[in-house]
Formats: sequence, C-alpha cells, structure tokens
Amino acid sequence: MKGKKWIKAVYPAAVVALIYLLVTALRGVGIMNGYYNQVLMFAGINIMMTASLNLVNGFTGQFCIGHAGFMSLGAYGAAVVTSMLFKNTDSVFVFLLGLVAGGFAAMIAGMLIGLPSLKLKGDYLAIVTLAFGEIVRALLRLVKPIGGARGMIGIPGYANLGWILFFMALTLFLLRNLIHSPFGRAFIAIRDNEVAADAMGINTTKYKMTSFCIAAFIAGVAGGLYAHVISFIQPDNFSFTKSADFLVYLYAGGSGSLTGSVVGATLLTILPEFLRFLADWRLAVYAVILVLVMLYRSEGLCGGLELPFMRIRRQELYEEPLFGKKTKGKGEQA
Amino acid sequence: MKKSSIKRFLGLFLALAMILGMTACGGKKEAGGVDDDTIKIGVVCPISGNSAIAGKYITHGVEVVEEELGGKIEIGGKEYNIEFIYMDNEASEEKTTNVFQKLIEEEKVIAIVGPDMSKCALAGGPIAQKAGCPVVATFATNTAVTEVGDYIFRACFIDPFQGKMAAQYIWESGYKTTAVMFNNADAYATGLTDAFVEAYEGLGGQVVAKEEYSGSDVKDYNVQLTKLASSSPECVFFPNLLGELGLQIQQARAAGLTCPIVCGDSADTPEVGEVAGAAVENVAYVSAFSAEATTDAAKSFVEKYTAKFDGETPNSNAELAYEATQMVLYALQNADELTREGVRDALKEIKDLELPSGKMSMAEDRNPIKGGVVMQYDADGVSHYVSSINPN
Repeated sequence: MKGKKWIKAVYPAAVVALIYLLVTALRGVGIMNGYYNQVLMFAGINIMMTASLNLVNGFTGQFCIGHAGFMSLGAYGAAVVTSMLFKNTDSVFVFLLGLVAGGFAAMIAGMLIGLPSLKLKGDYLAIVTLAFGEIVRALLRLVKPIGGARGMIGIPGYANLGWILFFMALTLFLLRNLIHSPFGRAFIAIRDNEVAADAMGINTTKYKMTSFCIAAFIAGVAGGLYAHVISFIQPDNFSFTKSADFLVYLYAGGSGSLTGSVVGATLLTILPEFLRFLADWRLAVYAVILVLVMLYRSEGLCGGLELPFMRIRRQELYEEPLFGKKTKGKGEQA
Repeated sequence: MKKSSIKRFLGLFLALAMILGMTACGGKKEAGGVDDDTIKIGVVCPISGNSAIAGKYITHGVEVVEEELGGKIEIGGKEYNIEFIYMDNEASEEKTTNVFQKLIEEEKVIAIVGPDMSKCALAGGPIAQKAGCPVVATFATNTAVTEVGDYIFRACFIDPFQGKMAAQYIWESGYKTTAVMFNNADAYATGLTDAFVEAYEGLGGQVVAKEEYSGSDVKDYNVQLTKLASSSPECVFFPNLLGELGLQIQQARAAGLTCPIVCGDSADTPEVGEVAGAAVENVAYVSAFSAEATTDAAKSFVEKYTAKFDGETPNSNAELAYEATQMVLYALQNADELTREGVRDALKEIKDLELPSGKMSMAEDRNPIKGGVVMQYDADGVSHYVSSINPN
C-alpha cells in the first residue's frame, strides 16, 4: 500500500522527466530536431498560460481576457533582470531571479487591477481586463529604456525545454493542490454561485483576488520563459490576439479541467505547425477544426474530465479514513 | 496529508535534478546546404495574416527568379537542382522562429530569403546565427537586424537612410515646415520618424507638429490630423505601414491638408491608391525601386513579372525579394565551397552586382549600398518616378 502510494506520488513527475528524456534522446538520434524542440517549448509556455487562465476563468468563474498583459509584464520583468541588471553574469540564478521578478511584476499588476475591479462581475470584469491588457501594451511602448515600441533585443536564450517542462510541471502540481485545498474549494464555490458562497461566509473578494494574483504570477513566469526563448520581445507581441489565443486553448481544451488546459494548449500549438503541408489552406483548416470541436464537444475536449494524477480524491486527503472501517452499518457509531 | 505531499515534492525535485543534468546536452550543429544535387533555399514571408498583401508580392518576386532558373543552376561547371521552399510566418515573431527552425533543421536549406519585417527578422535572426545559416532579409529596415550576427544580411536600405532620404527630398523641394503623424507602436514608423526629424532639422527645416497614434487597428485619425492641419505645414510626412496609409491619406485630405504628403517605402503598393481614391494625388514616397526605371536589369525584371502575373506591376516587396534571391544566387555561384559558411562569405564579398535597383555592393555591416528613388502618385493612383536620391 505504502509503495503504491509512493509510486502514485512520483509518477506524474516521472512522466514529465520521461518526456524530456525521450525528446533529448530522439534529438540525439536525429529523429527530432530543433524545430520540434521549439514547438514543444512554445507548447509548454502555452500550457502554463492556459492553466493559469483556467484558475481565473475555469475555477473561479471570473472572465479575464487580458491575460497576455500579465505575460508581457513577466516577459519584460524577467528580461530587464537578465539582460539589463545582470547583463554580464551568465548564471542560472540570474535566470531564476529574472523569472521570479517577472512573476512578481505581473502579480503586483494583478493586485493593482484586481483591487478596484474584482467587485465587478461577468462582462464588466472582462472589459476591465481587456482594457488592462491594452494599457500595459500602451505603457510599455512609452518606456524608452526597455526599447519602447521597438522592443528589447538580445535577451539571452537561457530557457530550454528542460526548464520549461520543469516550470510547467511545477505549475500543474501547484494548481492541482491549490484547487483541492480549502482555497480551491472556495474558488469553485464562487464560480458555482457567488451569492451563495458569500452567504456561506466566504470572503468572495479576497478569494477572487487570491486566484487572480496567483494566475498573474504564473503568467508572469511563463512570460519570462517566453522572453528567454524568443530573445526578442516587443509590446505588440502581447496584443489582444495573444490573449484570445489563450482563451481559445482554454475553452477548446475544456475550462475547469487542468487536463483540458494541457490538451488544448498542446494540440492547438502543434496543430498549425502540423498543418504546414496544406500551404495556403492551413489557417482555414485550423479554424474549421476548431469550429467542429466546439460544435460537437462544446464543453471542450476534456471538459469535466481529469486525468487520475490531476485529481485528488477526498479520501487521500486524510491519513486516517474519516469514514469506512470504524462505522458499521447505517448511522451506527462504534 | 503532509507526508504524501512531501513525497510529491521529492518526486518533483528528482525530476528537476534529472532535467538539469540533461540540460548540458545541446543540439549538434547541422551541416545543411547541398543534398546530393539539390540546393534548397528557404523563403519566409507572411502568406496569411494581416500582412498577406506583402507576402503575395514577395512570393511573386521569388517566383520570377524560379522561372528564370527553370529549376536548375550551374555552379562551377556542375548543374544542380534548385528548390525554393515557401514558409508562412503570419507576420508573427513566434511563427518566424518556428519556421526558421523548420527550414534550418528539417529542410536543411543553404540560405533563407526573408522575412520582410524587422520584428520577425529580429526574432528569427538569433536562431539562424546560432545554427550558422545565412539570411538575407528583404524589407527588414531596422538597424538592429544585421547587428544580430555575421550571418544576417539584408537587401533593403535601413530606416535612418529612408528618413534621411525623405528629409533630403522635402528640403530640396523647398518645403521649410513639415508635420509628422506616426504609429508609435511600430518600430518601422518610430525609426523613420526619429531619423527624419534628425535629418530634417539638421538641414534647417522645422517640424511644426508631431502627432502619434497607437497600433495598426486605429482607423480614425481625425484627432491627430486636425492638429496637423492647424499647424498649417508646407508638407506632411506619414512614415506608417501600408495597411494604415490609405485611410490616413483620405482623411488627411478631408481634414484640409492639401499640401504634399510624403511617406516611407511602405506606400509603394497600388492598394494605397485603391483605398485612398483620388486623394492619393500628390502623395510622394521614398522607395528602393521604380518600375519605370530604365536600366536593362530593371526592364527585364518588370517585363518578366508583368508577363507572369497578368499585368500586375511589381512593387518594392516583389523587387526586394527578387534582389535578395539574386544575391543568394550570386553568392552560391561565387562561393568557395557550397556550404552555409561559404555562402555567407560570398554574400559579404558582393560587389557591383547588377540588380533592378542599380549596382549594389555589400557594406561591411552587411547592409547593402544602393541608391533610392522618390515616386509620386497621380490622381489615378499610379505612381511615377520623380527623382533619384543617393546617400551623402
């Protein structure tokens, strides 16, 4: 029993490590090349973005459509640390510091935007987050030291597939545990009925804020990774189109399901590349596939489904079973 | 609960240790280039997305070369098959990096023609530089593009030169005051504006108004244009992207700006006239190339192009794609060895190559040395050659 539990605890991480080893091995043999590697890196970043968006949209029931704004703050935050503050130090710690700085930059912005606006609901919040994304873009254009509209050039390419898979796994791990914690239960209660949640004594504003800030932090880290993959960022790269991409990944994969975020982001990142053989028809076919998915599975590919290791069963949360052996028969207390 | 969560963390860190252990193994450098008798050249341009018009002209420009060659090229007495691989980058940085990886690692091209935009060239450049694959960007006018490394070249002149040309032309035409409206979200527009203001004020001119707007999605410029009109300039400078220019010109005329309008080379597309209608009269732009030019190379290019594409007139996009491809072919024929490195060395040495825009040589900073022209639209939206400008 104990051994089984241990295996269960480790195997999700082992799966991620195996993916990495497999890709590295395939690259070594020459079956996979830098192109696949690159696409997988973007897929990993998109998974982080989609999963964090899922926390706000899918689990807390808010509607954020300016998620690329957080990503851009993270990207710029991280890039400023690695390519301006510590320009000549080529160290893993600088990279990690940059990512954390990017995450915090995004989180602080999340807090600033969240405080006044999380009182709003539904469509109104959506408009505020949309405006937020545009404001960030407009402001970044004006800051000359970080390149203004021209963007930042020559960001060191620290991020590789290993790092991205690691942060992706960490994100999914933390989000899964968060969602099954009292915090997560509160998020879901707010999503299902905010008034009822309020009546139950849940401080809805506080929990919405928490969810928003955590999502912003993760998006910031993802943005930092993105900057260190593409090594050139400019404000217009994080436009509303990019936010919309993440929304598409989220809802095509299934909102309210972390597995869905992984599946949606991965498939829809790889699909346009896979369709390259269609030449001019590529984007048309991509759109048709998307329409078909939404028509025949409107809850998303994995809506309402969750892989076993992305789920925590109630009984696993307690060392000693609350119910079970001790109780014999109906309502009979031992 | 605590115990199992500690174990989960342990597992995760185990994975981290494995991952970090493996990061040292990088990809090996691919040789690339000639596979048996076939030489592959990659062409990167926006076939879809909001710059698809430019992409159409670029593919056409390269297709003219393709037809000239007929699939064969003779290098050092040996005949090779030549293949052009067209890749869509949707005018996006992210897609450009994907496409560059695909061309370099999978298709094993010997050189890449394109992309056309600075932002895309800046995103793709480091990848090509790292892999050691020569790139000849077509329309990437930002100075930083070729500073990425010694494998990155370009076929066009750079932003400051365009701004300078426009300043020189406006000053020499006798206009002492100019107003500028530009897209502050675009590197092309800001680059041209900066260079223009510097050169124009250096010559003694006065920039009487400088108005900005943000992003290509703006469709109404009346606020900015009214301000420009109230400063009553003798000339107006619009260094903006082609998708924006048509409406701007139309609205500028409606706002009472009847003075000459000068644009950057992005105005070099018949579509500008189609959107602006009759308002396009008296709009001038600086450009690399005029289809009315009289040199043999230009005439032959224009003839072949119009014959192949039902009377469509080539614009700068088409011509620069053609020239970039010709530069790569010249380098192939003059390379000491048919490798990416050999092509790069030959690209550096280009001297007095006869191209439609005139004689072209490669400068040490991998930017071409070539002249430019000023063109002007008439009321029917047809542009005519006005004068040539050489860098001084």
